[in-house]
Amino acid sequence: MAGKTSLEKAFLSGNEALARGAWEAGLCVAAAYPGTPSTEILESLATYPELSVQWSVNEKVAFEVAYGAAVGGVRSLFACKHVGLNVAMDPLMTASYAGVEAGFVVVVCDDPGMHSSQNEQDSRWVGVFSKLPVLEPSTPAEAKAFVAEAFGISEKFDTPVIVRMTTRISHSKEDVALGQRKETPPKPLAAKMQKYVMLPKVARMRHEFIEQRLEKLRAYSEKTKLNKTELKDTKLGFITSSVSYCYLKEVFPEASYLKLGFLYPFCDEKIKAFAASVKKVVVVEELDPFLEEHVKALGIRKAHFKHPSFRVGEFNPSLIGDVAAGKERHVEPKPVRPPRLCPGCPHWATFSVLKKLGLYVAGDIGCYTLGALPPTSAMHTCICMGAGVTFHEGLRLAHPEAKIVGVVGDSTFVHSGITGLINAAYNKAKGVIFILDNSTTAMTGGQPHPATGRTIREEPTKQLDLAALCRCCGADNVDVIDPIGHVKALEELVLKRLDEDALSVIITKHPCVLKKK
Amino acid sequence: MKKAQYNITFGGIGGQGIIKASELLGWAALYEGYPVKKSEVHGMSQRGGSVESHVRFGKGFFSPLLGAGQADFLLCFHADEHERLAEFLKDDGVDLFEWLDKAAAMIDNPKMLNTALMGVLAAYLPIRQPSWDKAFETVFPEKIRQRNIEIFNQARHMAQTAINP
Repeated sequence: MAGKTSLEKAFLSGNEALARGAWEAGLCVAAAYPGTPSTEILESLATYPELSVQWSVNEKVAFEVAYGAAVGGVRSLFACKHVGLNVAMDPLMTASYAGVEAGFVVVVCDDPGMHSSQNEQDSRWVGVFSKLPVLEPSTPAEAKAFVAEAFGISEKFDTPVIVRMTTRISHSKEDVALGQRKETPPKPLAAKMQKYVMLPKVARMRHEFIEQRLEKLRAYSEKTKLNKTELKDTKLGFITSSVSYCYLKEVFPEASYLKLGFLYPFCDEKIKAFAASVKKVVVVEELDPFLEEHVKALGIRKAHFKHPSFRVGEFNPSLIGDVAAGKERHVEPKPVRPPRLCPGCPHWATFSVLKKLGLYVAGDIGCYTLGALPPTSAMHTCICMGAGVTFHEGLRLAHPEAKIVGVVGDSTFVHSGITGLINAAYNKAKGVIFILDNSTTAMTGGQPHPATGRTIREEPTKQLDLAALCRCCGADNVDVIDPIGHVKALEELVLKRLDEDALSVIITKHPCVLKKK
Repeated sequence: MKKAQYNITFGGIGGQGIIKASELLGWAALYEGYPVKKSEVHGMSQRGGSVESHVRFGKGFFSPLLGAGQADFLLCFHADEHERLAEFLKDDGVDLFEWLDKAAAMIDNPKMLNTALMGVLAAYLPIRQPSWDKAFETVFPEKIRQRNIEIFNQARHMAQTAINP
């Protein structure tokens, strides 16, 4: 992002453009935990020195810090990948009730095609579930423009606003026009117990409020320019949003469009009017039938939809014709080279030991998930962040005699492994948990975390001592070993700890090869 | 003859500098004053997986990704990926695959293969030297910039001579 202040235009990714848009809109505080494809939003925000920007311990923490700042009266932003939003759902659902003092934007980046994710969930439903407005840009330039709109909507309607991106928009780049920052002065600290102390009595009132807010947002959805009707050839009209709009415009430049940028609550009248103005109407969207179900509920009988087989996977310009024609999905699997652990990666050594000993391995999310692939093939479960620790406990309850171990990365352990370790100790679980400590959040590109002792801006800070922490959590043994060059010693240590009636943590510590400069 | 739009597909495997090459082109096109879009397809590519990147500049496009048969140029950095990527190329598109060995012969550091191939591509594109220079300044760190510019110019000169002897 060199030269970003001296240029009128810059070549920005969707994530960089969104960050720029938030900065221009007077953002003050931003928090996140790294997660592809959302990571660059915070990395980009960290380059603006006037902002408070942090890698938080996990998404729930990040959400609460950022939302707290918005309740405190400054514009703030929380960013996450789709599965990260699940971690933040607890505060999100009630933040919807409480609303804001200054604008609060929740950016969620979905991953159609699962380029780098464990599921393909469609986060647009979160808007319905939480009763929050959802904005959906189609391009990086729109990501920049929409985030500014989102702050305005947040303050006007007293609501957090969800901006939903996808990998294709987050990671595509284009020329984006730059503007100046507009400062927004902080609002005074507001002691509004009837708004921010969610006792049942208050929550009942606020539930009434958010139902009314939804009605007002519905009316706004009808008139906002974010929902754009383009009438050209009226024989064919598309109702669409997100990057699907770009693919369609490429292949059907002469068709008519209703492009939904303010996705939820829906603009029912606009949708009905558009459908009435074209001969054939086709709803085109990636993943779930989100628009589809609503268009059906509106009773628009002439609407056509994609074949259900296209609820899986990402679209592209080659597929979009079949999608629009309602054809079944036929994607010829092309042989692509799978990723693997880097040459010299310390995880090779650890996984070679796990494989040799024939252990059942409860795994977790990170580079080391690649340990499940050949040639090591030494991981047997991987569901979500932190589950390497907790699955180990559950699996052992099912099979007390089996040789089961858990593995978790250093960043992942801090994210959500700590509670699992306390739980194991408290509930008298035994066994061996590995913390594969490469001293970075490697999979997402090497972000610092509390145990690295550095902040998002690489400033020194208090360093979390993982070994001491594990002892505090109740581990009976905590061993720290460098796996590289010590495979035999590691093997002996694992056998010894597995033989004991104890809860042991083995920290295999060696820096990520990509971090060596 | 200058075209209305230029569509370029890059591909290879993680670590070959494909993203860097497409980044350089994107900035150069922007500095030349073109609307430009770029998109990448890579899973966990830093770990050696397949990588592909699409850059388009000029007029009249919407999609950040290219479809089959849309690319004017293909820059493939790895033989194993060539067959898969060839489907992006137009019937009359230019495949720079034959330049791969020549580009490799020019350099002593395999990390500069991307820069050498970019020099070859540059011989075909309506982007002038000042825009490339600015793009190098934006994309390459100072300590390796000058060496990369030299390789780039050398490869471009070689390709220009081959195209218009």
